[in-house]
Amino acid sequence: MSDATAGPFWWRSIGQRLTILLAGIAAVLAILSWWMVTSFAREAAERTQDSVLVASATTIAEALRSEQGTILLELPYSAFAMLGAIGEDRVFYRVAANDETLTGYDDLIPPSTPERPGDIAVRTIDYRGDQVRTVTVRRTVLAGQQPVPVLVTVAQTRTGVEAIGSGLSQTAAVLSVALFILAVGLGAFAAGNALKPLNSFAQAVTRRGPSDLRPLRRKVPDELSPLLIALNRLMERLGQSIRRSEEFIAEAAHRVRTPLATVRAQAELALHTVEKDDEKQMLRRIIRAVDESSRSASQLLDHATVSFRADALTQEQVDLADLAARVTEGLQPTAEMKDIAIELEGNGPANVLGDAILLESALRNVLDNSVKYSPAETEIKVTLDRADDQHWRLIVRDHGRGFSANSLPELTERFKRGGNVDMIVGSGLGLTIAEEVLIAHGGRLKLTTPTDGAGACVSLILPAA
Amino acid sequence: MRFTDLARGLTAAICLAAFGGPLSALELEDQKFYPGTSDTIIKVISTGDLDVFEPFIQQFQTENPTIGVDYYVTSSAELHHAIKGGAVFDVAMSSAMDLQFQLANDGAAQAYSSQVTDALPVWAGWRNQVFAFTAEPAVAVISRDLFAGLDRPTTRQELITLLRQSPEKFENTIGTYDVRTSGLGYLFATQEARNSDTYWRLSELMGTRGTALYCCSAQMIDDVAAGRLTLAYNVLGSYAAERIARDDRLEILELEDYATVMLRTALIPVTATETEGAGLFLDRLLQEGMRETSSVWALPPLGAADTPEARAYGPIRLGPALLVYLDKLNRDAFLRAWSDAVVQP
Repeated sequence: MSDATAGPFWWRSIGQRLTILLAGIAAVLAILSWWMVTSFAREAAERTQDSVLVASATTIAEALRSEQGTILLELPYSAFAMLGAIGEDRVFYRVAANDETLTGYDDLIPPSTPERPGDIAVRTIDYRGDQVRTVTVRRTVLAGQQPVPVLVTVAQTRTGVEAIGSGLSQTAAVLSVALFILAVGLGAFAAGNALKPLNSFAQAVTRRGPSDLRPLRRKVPDELSPLLIALNRLMERLGQSIRRSEEFIAEAAHRVRTPLATVRAQAELALHTVEKDDEKQMLRRIIRAVDESSRSASQLLDHATVSFRADALTQEQVDLADLAARVTEGLQPTAEMKDIAIELEGNGPANVLGDAILLESALRNVLDNSVKYSPAETEIKVTLDRADDQHWRLIVRDHGRGFSANSLPELTERFKRGGNVDMIVGSGLGLTIAEEVLIAHGGRLKLTTPTDGAGACVSLILPAA
Repeated sequence: MRFTDLARGLTAAICLAAFGGPLSALELEDQKFYPGTSDTIIKVISTGDLDVFEPFIQQFQTENPTIGVDYYVTSSAELHHAIKGGAVFDVAMSSAMDLQFQLANDGAAQAYSSQVTDALPVWAGWRNQVFAFTAEPAVAVISRDLFAGLDRPTTRQELITLLRQSPEKFENTIGTYDVRTSGLGYLFATQEARNSDTYWRLSELMGTRGTALYCCSAQMIDDVAAGRLTLAYNVLGSYAAERIARDDRLEILELEDYATVMLRTALIPVTATETEGAGLFLDRLLQEGMRETSSVWALPPLGAADTPEARAYGPIRLGPALLVYLDKLNRDAFLRAWSDAVVQP
């Protein structure tokens, strides 16, 4: 972890690291190839010079002859003319019989002499202030009856060879630089290409929704599969942990609800036995508070249920008409307490695929909201119809205070309540639950303010089965 | 007298003798000092006659008035001997390119380069040490009077035929260099012998007819002009051209088959003390040599190496091959053959 963030900025990206490393390798190879070409070129030039020197010395040696006991030599013109071919180099020579100089430069003593006739000795020595390459060939000439060993030494400075070598070296340097630039370009391309799977993997993770904890199923290079596995395990653990906390909340809510019901029953009982007005008042407040607490606990339970069940949604046929009738009936007692009439309109069957418990909870929460925010002696209308060819729609229309326009989009967020709730107690979970259920079923929740007067209009839209 | 001096000098040079004081042994033919306005004096040793080079030196001094020029004239062998022996000179110019080459090859010349030397054709320089500034062909000069009535041969083959057909015209009236004493004559002869075997046939024939031997081009031309020679073979073309311009008794025989072209060269010896002045002098020489026509001397430009007959073999190449005929054994062998051919008993 530390070495990824330490170091200069160009060391922090894998792509740049790869590119720089590849460029470094390319530089090393370019230098190496330059050095190799240079030394090969130099050696080739040196060998060429050696060959020419050997040819020259051999040509001279072959011109040796003897006449009446004396060794004669006429230097062949070509032996020296060929030495001018390599470049403008100084030339020295010596022909010696029995260590006696026949002709040439007296002081040009060959550094090594060939042992047998036909042998060739090649050396580099310093002579007259220059480095010279010397070639000595040995030939035996019969002078009279006496075989006389004759050494022919031809020497040449190395200016031409060095000029050829450095010329080729320069060419090689230019080529190496070009090769290096090409390699850097290709390296950058290769680095980009190698990192493509990693980038697309990162993008796939980034594209996921905030609550999408499903395991990633995609083909990744071998190097990335440990990361993928680790990530999937992490998500699985995260999902488990979320589920555990939902279960805990549900458990908690459930446990709170039962004692609350006892408290409420006791309070009701007490209400009938007390006579003083202020005591009755107090008990009513207790009952209302207990109701609200109980309702909040129910909603928390609902929400936990939604979260839990939405992960593995059951797909069964649910008739929305039935469902609406059931929910309406269930809320009738509460509504009657406030003299609110709930009217159901529309005929079944209106089949959708989904989880009946969740759908019921969604509608109940919406309707419960309406009852809660409607003033006494009003009417709530539940309409079932087709939104379009593929969708069913349940509209809950009340005559309450409606939604304040500016908080409309936020209302479905968890624990968010409208700007006009005044003193009414609420958890802010109702619409959240409804929306989560609808989204899990591929539908949506629509909040509108009706055009004909006050009230709110909540539409639950679901795809038809 | 001069013959013996030359012979001695040449022998000394060829034996690679290193004895004797550098200047004490120097046999001068001429010497002149051209003072400059400062203490800077460049010492020039040359085989070129003063009357040929004086206009050039004066021109050089008009352009560089501060530099004084001390001009020594000597033979090519003496020059070679002196420079080899370490005599102190700033510029050495010689018509014996083989000896000049040997000086550079043996390390007696120093390298010099400038914009002018860079402009020089590749064949006209060696290692930035030897620089050619003229390209001078060897020519045959004839006497108009004595040649009257004869067809002018245009090739050496035709010349040989002519010598055979009209022996009376050429009896003892042919002149050529004594290659045993003249370094330039030796250079011309060896190069021609190398390039063409007509040389030996011609030499044989010249020997048969009786040939007078000379040390120098000028004397040969004098004798042709005076009517003592019908034909002088292998005369330095520049001298001939200069004489013909003012002497209509002479004519150059146009031989179209080939021409042996010698390069007159200059170098800066390692012993030079005024290298800067020497460089200026050398640059000026080369500039003059690269001009089409010169106003300061009668020497042919380097461009003369580009005539059709000179192109047959090109100018004599500045290269190690020049050492071949300087070799003692080769020289002995060549002179033996030459003497057998030309100096017939």
